[in-house]
Amino acid sequence: MNYIAIENNQTIPVVAIPEVSYNEFFVLNTELLANSPERHCVTYFGYPVGNEIKLVCCIADDSAHKIFVSSSRVKPSASLDSFTAVNFCFEKFEREIHENFGIGYKDHPWLKPVRYSQSRADHSKTLANYPFFAIESDELHEVGVGPIHAGVIEPGHFRFICNGEQILHLEIQLGYQHRGIEKQFIEKKKLLQRATLAESIAGDTVVGHTVAFSQVWESLCGIGVSHDIGYARTIALELERMAVHTGDLSAICTDVAYQLGSSVYGRLRTPLINFMQEWGGNRLSKGLIRPGRNQFPFTHELANRLVQVFDAFEPDFLEMNRQLKQLPSALSRFERTGVVSYDDVLSIGTVGMAARMSGLSRDIRMSHPYTLYAGLNHEPVIKHHGDVYSRVQIRMQEVSQSIYYLREIVKNVPEIPENTPSIGSPKPNAFALSLVEGWRGEICHCAVTDDKGELIIYKVKDPSFHNWLALALAVRNNEISDFPVCNKSFNLSYAGHDL
Amino acid sequence: MLANIKIVYHQGKQFIPDVTKAKVPGIFSGRPVISSEKVNETALVDLCPLDAISAGPVRIDLGKCTFCGECARQFPEKITFTTDYKIATNERDRLIIKAGDDKPVEVNPEKVRDEIHRVFGRSLKLRQVCAGGDNSCEMELNAANNVQFDMSRFGIDFVASPRHADGIVITGPITVNMAEALQICYDAIPDPKIIVLVGTDAISGGIHAGSTALDRSFLAKYPVDLYIPGNPAHPLSIINGLLDLTRKLKSPK
Ligand code: SF4
Repeated sequence: MNYIAIENNQTIPVVAIPEVSYNEFFVLNTELLANSPERHCVTYFGYPVGNEIKLVCCIADDSAHKIFVSSSRVKPSASLDSFTAVNFCFEKFEREIHENFGIGYKDHPWLKPVRYSQSRADHSKTLANYPFFAIESDELHEVGVGPIHAGVIEPGHFRFICNGEQILHLEIQLGYQHRGIEKQFIEKKKLLQRATLAESIAGDTVVGHTVAFSQVWESLCGIGVSHDIGYARTIALELERMAVHTGDLSAICTDVAYQLGSSVYGRLRTPLINFMQEWGGNRLSKGLIRPGRNQFPFTHELANRLVQVFDAFEPDFLEMNRQLKQLPSALSRFERTGVVSYDDVLSIGTVGMAARMSGLSRDIRMSHPYTLYAGLNHEPVIKHHGDVYSRVQIRMQEVSQSIYYLREIVKNVPEIPENTPSIGSPKPNAFALSLVEGWRGEICHCAVTDDKGELIIYKVKDPSFHNWLALALAVRNNEISDFPVCNKSFNLSYAGHDL
Repeated sequence: MLANIKIVYHQGKQFIPDVTKAKVPGIFSGRPVISSEKVNETALVDLCPLDAISAGPVRIDLGKCTFCGECARQFPEKITFTTDYKIATNERDRLIIKAGDDKPVEVNPEKVRDEIHRVFGRSLKLRQVCAGGDNSCEMELNAANNVQFDMSRFGIDFVASPRHADGIVITGPITVNMAEALQICYDAIPDPKIIVLVGTDAISGGIHAGSTALDRSFLAKYPVDLYIPGNPAHPLSIINGLLDLTRKLKSPK
């Protein structure tokens, strides 16, 4: 075998990952994905070993519930055949490898910078000289937006090429938010510092990223966690999904100038995040999840409170949904706006909601379950039109689905064990990988340790890393005035992408 | 039409009538209180992931603290967090809570520039710049203007153009990659103008302090008018801080 099949949250010795020639590595990984929509690349990265770069590629198989890990070593001066020329979903990963180490790709369609990391190989490439795609024409004009946008949101630059009001092409340039997260994971040695880093990857996915970090860490240390911990994490993950979906429905209404929807969904988000504060002291769940322990046990009182919150939330939420779904002025802005086809999402390898909107079933809760999800028999909400309305409907239905799951889950509040085993330290020369379905989609955290058990590489992948390109495709041939609603219907993370 | 009216009716009364006295639900980590209890101070200083605690006497720097609660969990007899969300001030030193302190953190009106009261007392338009913020403080700034907190009732609003703004609100630790855009935006705001830092990341760099991907030189160039701590800052901390800055009168001379 030229790869090893592992399960989600499994730790293996680094030497167990077969190391093959680049040619074999290339054929293996591109063929694994050929005609297999159930397979997708969850992470592909490099790290220095001596004066070479070790490339590690992880392909998840959603039907086999396995992740296929393979590796190869190349010189930083190498000029390689690019995976992207065969399968476009590797596009960003190869750009990142190129940016970090200078490895060349002979046939990559656009080997542009990803995030201008401080440790990038070539400092002559700067935000100011990004090579935007351009079309020479007297008929067309360009519109540049950002990095600072009109609202209170994160920075990023959008460059539109328009024909009148119509968008022909959008290029998204990111990197403004780069804080050096992955490097800080190595430099900051205290576990609590690393947990704090995990919760600042993307402030709207605090639970998603801290659960992924905790699972990687617990796996590296070889400890299993008690039932109550997985229980609390499942509740927190679903509440985070509900809160963001509800808030995004508000923002979507704002962007089509529907004031009632904007206010009602906006205020409905508040009891959800206030519940997080009642539970853990922070509206956005910071400080709630920590590796190896149950910081804030989910009690019977909290269970009763949550049911009350849902009882008040649900009728108002459903009433608002009904109204929005029959409002012609809103529907005309949602339907057939910002469409990405099944073929396109498959080709660029989107995940989570940005796959499910176009009929591509990708949901880690079902395919690589963790915490309580195996017992929930989760069935993903799938839509087929790939438009703003599909994304609106997914959000509405996923909120209802989460309420349904949580109402069941809180019927059985577990006992808290008296003693929590101490977490210990990570195994030496180990590789661990964790997948979590955040509200946007698949989060992947991956760690490698050295012979003393110290981290030598910590890789974070937010679902936005895959999904930004879907936004760029979605707005093609749309009016530029529809850009805000398209953008909000995805609500991708700048910080999670830039790290 | 009728359906819309029904929806409005079903929402009930959402807004918080008095944002200066509202209570936050459940547990909330606001202003800490440090007792005079003798504890192993080295262990206490050491446990904080943010280096926010110093010893002799024990102090917590709210400009560095993420309110994670770890110190209170391990030393409950020494440190407790109250639910007091009024923790914004215009003096960096006032963010440092010492053992024995149990009074609100406030703006020092004597240090507020005259033009702030004169020009911004009834209307304040702010341009927000996220410079490496993780979107948590940004979401809370947006929440400060939702139907519950309704900050615009005080004449405080966020505007799109720096040309229309009276000041800048910075979130995030200020990345190298955002430093130039931040400067350009600040320069575009007409004088007089204020600088407000929202969140631990903006005030001290937070967990990212020391990262080579930050460039905080902007803050060395200009005085900061208001620090609003939090991780993220709570909407009530934000609103009360801004009101404290713009409305509190100086003692008559
Ligand atoms: S609550 Fe603040 S002072 Fe206490 S450990 Fe956490 S960051 Fe440090």
